[in-house]
Amino acid sequence: MKKALPLIISGLLAMLPLIGLSSYWMHILILVIMWSVIGMAWNLLGGYCGQVSFGHAAFFGVGAYTAGILYNKLGISAWWGLPVSIFIVTVFALIIGYICLRLKGPFFALGTLAMGVILRVMAENLTTITEGDLGIMIRERTWIEKTWYFYIILILGVLSFFLVKKVIESKLGYYFVAIREDQDAAESLGINTTLYKTMALCLSAVITGLAGAFYTNYMGYIDPKIVFALHDISIVTIMVVMVGGVATFWGPFVGSIIMVFLAELIRTIPKLGAAHHTFFGILLIVIIIFLPNGVVGDWPKLKKAFRGRRAG
Amino acid sequence: MTSVQLEVLLQTLISGLLLGGLYALIGIGMTLIMGVMKIINLAHGELMMVGMYVAYVLFSSFHIDPYLSILIAAPVLFVLGVLIQKYLINPVLKVEAIIPENQVILTVGIGMVLANIATIIFSSDYKTTPVDYATKAWYLSDYWKASPIELSLSMPWSVSFCVALIITASLWFFLTRTDMGRSIRATSQDKEAALLMGVNVERMRVFTFGLGSALVGSAGCLFIPIYYLYPDLGGQFTLIAFVITILGGLGSTVGAIVGGLILGVFESLTATYAGMGWAPVGRFMIFVAVLIFVPGGIMSLFKKKRSGK
Repeated sequence: MKKALPLIISGLLAMLPLIGLSSYWMHILILVIMWSVIGMAWNLLGGYCGQVSFGHAAFFGVGAYTAGILYNKLGISAWWGLPVSIFIVTVFALIIGYICLRLKGPFFALGTLAMGVILRVMAENLTTITEGDLGIMIRERTWIEKTWYFYIILILGVLSFFLVKKVIESKLGYYFVAIREDQDAAESLGINTTLYKTMALCLSAVITGLAGAFYTNYMGYIDPKIVFALHDISIVTIMVVMVGGVATFWGPFVGSIIMVFLAELIRTIPKLGAAHHTFFGILLIVIIIFLPNGVVGDWPKLKKAFRGRRAG
Repeated sequence: MTSVQLEVLLQTLISGLLLGGLYALIGIGMTLIMGVMKIINLAHGELMMVGMYVAYVLFSSFHIDPYLSILIAAPVLFVLGVLIQKYLINPVLKVEAIIPENQVILTVGIGMVLANIATIIFSSDYKTTPVDYATKAWYLSDYWKASPIELSLSMPWSVSFCVALIITASLWFFLTRTDMGRSIRATSQDKEAALLMGVNVERMRVFTFGLGSALVGSAGCLFIPIYYLYPDLGGQFTLIAFVITILGGLGSTVGAIVGGLILGVFESLTATYAGMGWAPVGRFMIFVAVLIFVPGGIMSLFKKKRSGK
């Protein structure tokens, strides 16, 4: 049962459009899956390899801009951005990794945060390539219906789920966890930590970049402030994983369901919409203090608390 | 080099140094917290934003000069810092989690809440305190009639710079000459040893977080006569503070001052010669260059010389 769970869930998700959901619900579903893809990517680097990145917007934005620039400058379909971004994002990940991976712990986090900001400012200022603050608009939408977008992101989601699972259950995964637990000890056991950290970063970056390229195609408009956003991309990515569960396979999925629905819920309540960062911030603080391993990671703890209340 | 070019260069250097003095004050607060607590406070810029709003409210409702409001903003920020440390950060230090960076993520959450509350209370409009000396300046030609070039020194900038110097000097006095300051430095050097020597480490941590917040709050008051104010400005200054601490070497107070001055001058040079929009990139170019070439920060260069390595 446990082995078949991913297949069952992806099968159920694939059936969902058949029951005739409204366009709004399809949009929510697409967002949930997109965020879980980014969350899974972050989880690979942050949760398993222990390198907490505050700058995943950098990779998301590079992926998104690859698709946007291909469309805008070369006049080819923005869907080419998905395969091309794999290459471009890897190059960026190698450069960022070269600079940031020499930092440890919280300093790595801040280094990546700075990288995200650098790329945002560059995208704002290199107007000849990126159109600057005007942004890039995809003028012809591929489909009006959201069904196909849904299937594309679903395929992306399922592929990244199995990729992360495969990697973590292989020898590579054990190296990652060893680096997270004690980098110096891992190094002294003969693990080339720089190599494996770079590998984790590249894998994570490529998956995030693919989500970014998908975002350009799906939303049809990008500008530096949207795709390189610190709070709305980088921090939300961390929150998706923290809320769901760090270093668990299902954490990012559960986390993105909670986060996307919470964001929509707050938005529907009038006057509270402006305060959505307060809610996110408080949620983050509460999660860190009471459920440091997220809903999935601390599930036994949660269950116990509920049972205790019912009994008492 | 023509006299106009020289004029531009000198003027750029002057404004860079003045800006750098203020940056140094922000950096010192961050470095203190980093040294004693071994955590990075990502809500640092937001605390500065709170200090600025305190000054703004005092100015707009009671007409208190922003420089005088330091006396009120610093204690307010001190209390806020102590509360954050005591009730939010300390509990997290005790929680077992897979990711050790939990505290950093926690400060991000705190920063988000602070910025968002400021948006709700004050709206996201740009605010200024229109003090009457805002555009006053001293000109070189007023003092030296035959001067071949013309330089100016803006009054609020210079006053802010001088106040920043005074605060830095008194902080230095506090850290090196008083008992409490010595305990703080001992805690940052070696927590266990300080504990064994009878230093109340827990109390020092709470106090340092308050002190760091008070410093950045007063930096906010110094910034407000020359800068504008909006709720999301915190993030930018958090990054500046972080770049300064990396530049100066982690946890080094002198390094933070040197780093702040370098950053101020470099940023003003990029703003003049590459365009305003590129100033933040200049900031991070330095950051990346330091990480690659001098990973220990500027101060490590001096240390090497001294020990003869």
